[in-house]
Amino acid sequence: MTDQLLKVQGLETQFKTPEGIVHAVNGVSFHLSEGETLGVVGESGCGKSVTMLSCMRLVACPPGKIVAGEALFKGVDLLKMDSEDIRHVRGGQISMVFQDPMTSLNPVMTIGKQLAEPLMLHLNMTPEQARNRSIELLGMVGIPNAGDRLKDYPHQYSGGMRQRVMIAMALSCNPQILIADEPTTALDVTIQAQIVELVKRLRDELGMAIIWITHDLGVVASIAHRVMVMYGGYIIEEANVKELYANPRHPYTLGLLGSLPKINELEHTKLFSIEGMPPILYQKPVACPFAPRCIYVKEKCWSSNPALEEIEPGHRVACWVDTTTGSEH
Amino acid sequence: MTAESNVLIKVKNLKMHFPIYRGVIRRQVGAVHAVDGISFDVHQGETLGLVGESGCGKSTTGRTILQLYKPTAGEVYFKDTNLVKLRPEPMRLMRREMQMIFQDPYASLNPRMTVRDIVGEPLMSFENHTGKQIDERVAELLDLVKLNKDFSLRYPHEFSGGQRQRIGVARALALQPSFIVCDEPISALDVSIQAQVVNLLEELQEKFNLTYLFIAHDLSMVRHISNRVAVMYLGIIVELADRNELYEHPMHPYTQALLSAIPVADPVYSEQRHRILLEGDVPSPVNPPSGCRFRTRCPIADAHCAEVTPEWREVRPGHYAACLKI
Repeated sequence: MTDQLLKVQGLETQFKTPEGIVHAVNGVSFHLSEGETLGVVGESGCGKSVTMLSCMRLVACPPGKIVAGEALFKGVDLLKMDSEDIRHVRGGQISMVFQDPMTSLNPVMTIGKQLAEPLMLHLNMTPEQARNRSIELLGMVGIPNAGDRLKDYPHQYSGGMRQRVMIAMALSCNPQILIADEPTTALDVTIQAQIVELVKRLRDELGMAIIWITHDLGVVASIAHRVMVMYGGYIIEEANVKELYANPRHPYTLGLLGSLPKINELEHTKLFSIEGMPPILYQKPVACPFAPRCIYVKEKCWSSNPALEEIEPGHRVACWVDTTTGSEH
Repeated sequence: MTAESNVLIKVKNLKMHFPIYRGVIRRQVGAVHAVDGISFDVHQGETLGLVGESGCGKSTTGRTILQLYKPTAGEVYFKDTNLVKLRPEPMRLMRREMQMIFQDPYASLNPRMTVRDIVGEPLMSFENHTGKQIDERVAELLDLVKLNKDFSLRYPHEFSGGQRQRIGVARALALQPSFIVCDEPISALDVSIQAQVVNLLEELQEKFNLTYLFIAHDLSMVRHISNRVAVMYLGIIVELADRNELYEHPMHPYTQALLSAIPVADPVYSEQRHRILLEGDVPSPVNPPSGCRFRTRCPIADAHCAEVTPEWREVRPGHYAACLKI
C-alpha cells in the first residue's frame, strides 16, 4: 500500500545485561499512514521507547541488539541501511523529540547554533540562510523576540520554551514523521496544554505523521488518531482512539483506564487497581505476559501467549478471553 | 461541636523567604518568595489537597508547616500549640504527631539501611523498645502497607518504586501520627501502581483517622482523594473550596485555566471542551508581579489588577478566592 509511510514487521530487540538477556521488544508489527498521529501507551519498561529507538537505529549496541524484523520507511528497510544513509533519514525525514528538554540540548552551545546545525547538515544551507530559517522556526513555535533569543543558551530558557526549541529543531528539515517520546512528561499542566496545542497546529499546517509515545492516557486521548497499548514488549491492543476509550477489550487496557480517577466524579468511588507489577522478561514468555496480574485469567493463558488479532475492523487485541463476557474466545 | 474545635492544623499568614546571597562578602541581594502569606485550616480527619505548578511553593508549604524550614513570618498551630514558637526539644517530641511521605521513593530511603532499620528508626528515637519489640512492630507495619514481612532484612534497591513508597508509608506510620504531609507521593510511580498507593493511603486514613495534606500536581487524583482543595500560584493560595465546588464552579481565572488544561482520558470529551490556554510561563518568585500575581498571564486582567492586591475572602460559604474580578 502506498499510503503506509512506515511499516514495521516482527521487530525484536534484546538487551544483554549481567542478569541475562532482557527481551524488551518481542515481535512488534504496526504501520503509520501519512498525516496520521499514532499514540503509543504503556508503563515504564513496556518497550514503547525501545520500539521507536530501534526503528531509528538509536539503540546502543552493545548492550542492545535488534534480532529480527524490518522497518520499511517508504519501502526501504531502515534496519538494513548503512549508517551513512540512516544518518540522512534521522533528523531529516524522520525526527525525534525527547522527554527531557534539559538533557537533550547542549548546554554550552547557543540555541541559534543548535538550530542551525541540522539545517546546514541536511539542507546544505549557508549560515545566513540557516539563521533566517531558525528565526522563522522559533517564531512558528511561539517564542517571542526570536532574533534576539538565538544568542541565548539553554539555561536562559524555561522548561516549556526548551521543549518548544526541541520541537522547532525536529521540524526544521520538514520531516515526514515526528517521533515524540514523552515530550510533555517533564512539564506542568498548563505548559503541557500549550505544547499539545502547538503540535496539533503544526501537524495540521505541515501535514506530517506523528508517533506520540507516552504513559499518559489523557494526553493521548486529545492528540492521537489511533492508539497502541504495549505491555511486556508486546502490542496488546490497538484501535482508533474513540473506539479504544469507549470500548477497551484487553484486561490491561481496562485496568489502566479503570485506575484513573475521573475528573468529573462527584461521588467518591474506590479506584480499580491492577495488583502486582510489570514483568522484566529474561525469557520470551510462553504464557501471556499479563497473566500474573490479570483478573480474567484462564487455564489457557498460562500455556500459550495470545497473538494480536482483529476482533472488529481496525481493533486488534491480544487476549484469549473475551472481556465483555468473561469467557474464552 | 464548633467549627474551630475541629481544626487540627491552623496556618496563619505563613511566609517562607529564602535569602539570595551574592558577592565576596555574601551580601543578601534579595529573596525567593517561596511562600508569601498564606492562611488556611486543615480539619481533623480530612484530606486537604494542595495543587499548583512546579515552583509555586506547595512543597515548601508542607515542609514549613512541619518546621523543616524556619518560617520567615506567620504562625502554625497544631491543635493549640504554636509550632513556630516551640523550643527544639518540645518540637522534637511534637514530630511524633506529624510525619511526611516524600515524592521520590528512590531518594528518600537510605540505600545502606535495611527495611527493618528504616521503618524501625523512628521507634528507636522515640520509644524505649527492645530489639524484639521493634521487630514485632516493624512486621506489623509492613503488614499494614501490604508488604511481605519476610522482606524486612532487604535493602531498598531490591524493591520496585511502588514497594519503596509503601516502605516510606510504613515509616511515616511507625509512631502513629495524626497528621501526614504527603508530598507528591505518587508522581514518580507508574499509572497502575499509583492507584495501588492511593487506595492504600485511603484505607489507612479510615483505619487510623489520619489527616492528610496531599500535595500534588495531578488534578484528577487530587479531586479523587481530597475533601477540600487549595490552589497555589507563585507563593499564595488563590482559591480554596470543597472539592466538588472547586472543580464544578472554579472562580479564580487561574483555577479555571488549570482545570481546563487537565488531560482527560476521553477523546470525545477532549474534543468538545473549551480549553483556556495560558500564555507564557510563571514569573520568577524573586520578583513577583505587583498587585495580583497572576495578572501577567491572566486572560481578564486590567490596569487595576497591577495596583491592588486582591483580598482573600469568602466568596460563597466555604469557598475562598483572591481575585478582583469575582
